[in-house]
Amino acid sequence: MTLPRREFLKATSGLLTGLVVAGSPLALIARGPVWAVDLTVFTSSEAATLMIVARTIIPHDKLDDAAYALVIQAIDRDAANDETVRKMMKSGIAGLGSGFTGKPESDRVEILKEVEPSEFFQTMRLKTIQVLYTTPMAYAYFGYEGEAFSKGGYLTRGFNDLRWLPEVPLDDSGPMPL
Amino acid sequence: MAKIDFSDGNAVVIIGSGAGGGTLAHELTRRGIKVVLLEAGKRQSLESFSQVPGEAFAQLTWLDPRTQSGDWRGARDFPPLPVWHCKTVGGTTVHWTAAAPRLQPWELRAKSIYGNVAGASLIDWPLSYAELEKYYEIAETRLGVTRRNGIPGLPASNNFKVMYAGAKKLGYKQVHTGHMAINSRSYDGRAFCIQQGFCIQGCKMGAKWSTLYTEIPSAEATGNLDLRIESTATRIEHGEDGRVNAVIYHDSQGREQRQKARLVCVAGNAVETARLLLLSESSKFPQGLANSSGQVGRNYCHHITGSVWAIFDKPIYSWRGATLAGVVEDEVVNQPERGFVGGYRMELLTLDLPTLPLVGLPYGWGRDFASIMENYRNLAGMFINGEDMPRSDNRITLNSNVKDAFGLPVANVHVDEHSNDQAMRKHAKGQMAKMYEAIGAQRVIPGPTPPATHNMCTARMSADPKDGVTNAWGQTHDIKNLFVSDGSVLTTPGAANPTLTIVALALRQAEHISGEMKAGKV
Ligand SMILES: Cc1cc2nc3c(=O)[nH]c(=O)nc-3n(C[C@H](O)[C@H](O)[C@H](O)COP(=O)(O)OP(=O)(O)OC[C@H]3O[C@@H](n4cnc5c(N)ncnc54)[C@H](O)[C@@H]3O)c2cc1C
Ligand code: SF4
Repeated sequence: MTLPRREFLKATSGLLTGLVVAGSPLALIARGPVWAVDLTVFTSSEAATLMIVARTIIPHDKLDDAAYALVIQAIDRDAANDETVRKMMKSGIAGLGSGFTGKPESDRVEILKEVEPSEFFQTMRLKTIQVLYTTPMAYAYFGYEGEAFSKGGYLTRGFNDLRWLPEVPLDDSGPMPL
Repeated sequence: MAKIDFSDGNAVVIIGSGAGGGTLAHELTRRGIKVVLLEAGKRQSLESFSQVPGEAFAQLTWLDPRTQSGDWRGARDFPPLPVWHCKTVGGTTVHWTAAAPRLQPWELRAKSIYGNVAGASLIDWPLSYAELEKYYEIAETRLGVTRRNGIPGLPASNNFKVMYAGAKKLGYKQVHTGHMAINSRSYDGRAFCIQQGFCIQGCKMGAKWSTLYTEIPSAEATGNLDLRIESTATRIEHGEDGRVNAVIYHDSQGREQRQKARLVCVAGNAVETARLLLLSESSKFPQGLANSSGQVGRNYCHHITGSVWAIFDKPIYSWRGATLAGVVEDEVVNQPERGFVGGYRMELLTLDLPTLPLVGLPYGWGRDFASIMENYRNLAGMFINGEDMPRSDNRITLNSNVKDAFGLPVANVHVDEHSNDQAMRKHAKGQMAKMYEAIGAQRVIPGPTPPATHNMCTARMSADPKDGVTNAWGQTHDIKNLFVSDGSVLTTPGAANPTLTIVALALRQAEHISGEMKAGKV
């Protein structure tokens, strides 16, 4: 994720952009008030369609657009490296018909159900799931704390802080090592 | 570390450095035997383990191509990945979640106890439980298994508290934080578990036993081990006398090498072990090595698995804490009244955020799929580990249509599920759902069958050479100086996660090999 710069614009075919919300996890990693994801294969309008496809497949309404943009960037990279992927994706986008992005969710779901067996849909589904949940935006959104080795594990940071069920007797669990 | 000459015909060559191969290497070298240990993967360390789930997977997993067929769900849901194991020094003990239960005495007598099960190729083990037990005791001391030898259990995590409450509501009695090869306190020079929950990514504390930082360094310290990393064995050669005498492998520079051997032990995990024996076919052994019975690759078992998740109205943060530290053992009984033979365990499970939707949840998309993920904080999980039925046609074969990087046919994994497997899975998933519902789960989500992490029985031990590939010491029936030293030798899978048994058998095999070598028999 980088800020848009002139030299990028020259090399890229499309761009996805958005605003960095203050205090969001994105604010920690973005280098300015605007985020932008550069694309080499998809045009801005194709990328915008793919964003809506990704958001229809895995709809987390309150999850920042930037997380979905990283999904599109990953697919763009695959398409740049592989001509068959590029063709498959482009014809998949075309196959959604015009006006896809403007349709209500229920209509978009119907359209996607029709193409569900296609390589286009399956690629979109898998990539979205593969990339979306690895983004820092998703970690923050789902409350996932990630690796804990660097912080001494969860031993003293809540691995057993659940209080709405009875405690497990010592015989069936074990003592704290500290 | 020893430097063993390519032409040294006195060396023992072990292929694979995981649970079986790594343990065997230590046991032989400490008895003064020179060992060349070939490992296809690279060597990582506590420092180099990546803590980014996707990166860790790529760093450690065997991703060379394979194919699969059959009606089991994995073939549909995860076509390129029929099995999940490591390609790295330490093998899958780097990935493993370290549940280390024993098989039950009756599980070694599956054929006698279960009787004739149509469509299954059951046999009894060629060794008694009393015999195996001695080695279980040594293995448990070696691995520092909790709740054995006075070692305390691991403390209960949030995820386990949920499992425990549900299990107790259903009246289960044997419910605890498991027999884990994870240090509940410092042990054997290794640190205690800090409940970071990254057991699968490689334990940066070294609290979890792995041959990478236990058996292999110990073997190196003897001065008798020549560990060759990024070295993939492609063929085992034999002489006119029918005894094996060398191993061909590709080294880290892509060169083909030939290491002479007095004795060869194959420990490449059940799929690759069978594949290597098949790839080594010759005019003398046209069906592959040690395969006069035609049993190499057959009877492949991988345990009945599958997760069940439950959404509660309060947070659980299941990712905090050791991945698998919790078990219900009451169903490890043979009660045909339940509608199937054999038993199963229910074990705690949690998956990190990136991995859960990829392997933990059923195929899906749209609002429903997203709503499960929205509840990630409030999700509890467990899975079934049950005994599957061996079938003659569930097998590893060579697929000449697909080639690996060396131009050799890849393994095809074929599995048609037995109706017993399906009945057991259904029962287990029902019990797991009841446990969660009994304590107020809002929704229970049965997960898919993931790629197989437990791979077994493809070169099984048998009393009768017609029924299997190896004898009770993992020595092949056909070739006296060829041994199998990994999960392939399990006669039947039982309901215990396999690694403790693999280690116990490797310890026993080492004793046998060194005895036979001293006596000049091999
Ligand atoms: C995610 C996960 C969790 C698990 N959790 C548990 C658990 O809780 N409890 C349990 O008991 N088990 C568990 N297992 C299974 C356990 O890891 C395996 O049963 C065990 O490691 C198998 O031992 P092995 O010696 O058969 O093979 P491995 O440990 O897999 O070692 C085989 C090694 O051989 C190498 N190799 C293969 N072919 C060649 C060749 N031709 N040349 C050179 N090298 C080769 C491979 O690269 C690999 O390093 C888990 C597995 C996974 C994937
Ligand atoms: S939970 Fe324990 S065993 Fe697992 S990775 Fe963390 S320290 Fe290691």
